[in-house]
Amino acid sequence: MALKQTAGKRIGMTALAWAIGLLIFFPILWTFVTSFKSELDAFAIPPKFLFFHWTTENYFEVQSRSNYLLFAYNSIVLSVGANVVGLLIAVPAAWSMAFAPTKRTKDVLMWMLSTKMMPGVGVLVPIYLLFRDFHLLDNRLGIGFVLLMLNLPILIWMLYTYFKEIPVDILEAARMDGASLANEIIYVLTPMAVPGIASTMLLAIILSWNEAFWTLNLTTSNAAPLTAFIASYSAPEGLFWAKLSAASTLAIAPIVILGWFSQKQLVRGLTFGAVK
Amino acid sequence: MGSIQLVGVRKEFGGVKVINGVDLEIEDGSFTVFVGPSGCGKSTLLRLIAGLEDVTSGQVLIDGLDMTNVGPAKRGLAMVFQSYALYPHMSVRGNIAFALKMAKQPAALIAEKVQKAAGILNLTDYLDRKPRQLSGGQRQRVAIGRAIVREPKAFLFDEPLSNLDAALRVQMRLEIGDLHKKLKTTMVYVTHDQVEAMTMADRIVVLDKGEIAQIGSPLELYNKPNGLFVARFIGSPTMNLVGGPSAAKRGATTLGVRPEHVDLSTTAGEWPAQVTHAEHLGSETFVYAQVEGAGALTIRLSGEAGCKAGDRIFVTPREPRIHLFDDRGRAKAP
Repeated sequence: MALKQTAGKRIGMTALAWAIGLLIFFPILWTFVTSFKSELDAFAIPPKFLFFHWTTENYFEVQSRSNYLLFAYNSIVLSVGANVVGLLIAVPAAWSMAFAPTKRTKDVLMWMLSTKMMPGVGVLVPIYLLFRDFHLLDNRLGIGFVLLMLNLPILIWMLYTYFKEIPVDILEAARMDGASLANEIIYVLTPMAVPGIASTMLLAIILSWNEAFWTLNLTTSNAAPLTAFIASYSAPEGLFWAKLSAASTLAIAPIVILGWFSQKQLVRGLTFGAVK
Repeated sequence: MGSIQLVGVRKEFGGVKVINGVDLEIEDGSFTVFVGPSGCGKSTLLRLIAGLEDVTSGQVLIDGLDMTNVGPAKRGLAMVFQSYALYPHMSVRGNIAFALKMAKQPAALIAEKVQKAAGILNLTDYLDRKPRQLSGGQRQRVAIGRAIVREPKAFLFDEPLSNLDAALRVQMRLEIGDLHKKLKTTMVYVTHDQVEAMTMADRIVVLDKGEIAQIGSPLELYNKPNGLFVARFIGSPTMNLVGGPSAAKRGATTLGVRPEHVDLSTTAGEWPAQVTHAEHLGSETFVYAQVEGAGALTIRLSGEAGCKAGDRIFVTPREPRIHLFDDRGRAKAP
């Protein structure tokens, strides 16, 4: 069905799209702008948008008060590490579900999805106690495991949808051509699935990077990622909006840059299966 | 060598019987076509031979060796899929060479074999292209090339021409026929198109609901269908089937006669009829007529016949060409 658009309609739609885009982007923009204000300007009423004394002092102060690099290091290790391990589990799992399904495959998929519907806070106490008893609190391995388990259903689901799109004929042709299962995966499936695997990983890393509930509850300093770094600025001394904003900007900068450069992959990943 | 033998082969998918006890011998060097309506199990039967599906019970023998539990990679067969199933990330060369690489053949030999296959299939100029840069016919040739280089015991074709347009289909049909003459390798070919089956096969296996309805050469099936199913399925337009007194007086429940095996008269004949449609194709004319008490008839006349809708005619089946069927749909000797 062709959509006929008049010029007026098009202008209206464009304006609406920009307005919604700005609305969604505004919190990040505001955080970014605030990070260059003095603490006094930061909570001035009416809010100062552009006309204030721009300063980078917050960034220096944030860095001197806490070690940004340690937090950033933890964020990278946890989000990448957990998802690389997750991928090693998810690829074979998605493979078998997509290409050798059984009667129960759909149920398993739904069951995995259902774990994402449970509010995390419901299991916080038992997990906290388990972590305490196994000395996993504030431990990279411990929190990494939680992040892995949080993302595994998403990894498997996304890879499953990707693999489903790969015609099984091609894999069967490889089998007829004498390829072993390993060769079939290495030479035929993987090259065809690289875009899917990449966008899945990207989304999973972003989700892990921004995960705050478990990282804040199960880590304090050694294994704490950037989410804890941000949270430390809403400390008992009070709220320091400008420093909090500087810390937030620093925390999201790496992932925003990564996301920016890979938006094409990301959009494909988010809409995969819906749009062919 | 490439003889294939199926012994009591059955296949069920979750309790649904798809192949219901098939015994079949395919001779070395023959061109066998599996034909039947959709859902008759012909593709499944081919996949059972390929090893892409496991049999529920029964045996698959290739060159006399039991291959029932051997994986598809080790059966020494090559398959051409309906969707071509080319590797989209590899060039034509890569596609054709893939099986040889998997067999760890030396690079020089691979290059030589790829060149040879490309020569046979007119693909030499396209070796460095990716499948997406090829037309449908070229893609199908690459798929065939991928099969030939392996020098398989037998080629399995799963409706390879269904995705091509009508003109190309005729051309590829002839090319596959030529290839068979040249290579003299066993070919098993699945199609739902009875024209493909009639024109290409040495031997046709007609399948109905997971069972073999009849096996024979194209003309055997045309001239001596063993039952109503094959009678209806082979031949185009389909055979006229008439019940009632005409069948009864010959001792049968149903009388069958092909559209080309009746005589037309304006004065007298067995079945008085009225023409409802006449299709004039120049080389031949199809007349559709309604017979009182016997139903619709199709009549094929060669050349330009002067029939038109509304004409009263008399139709008489040629006695030696009449097929008789009993109450269970099985052929009776006339």
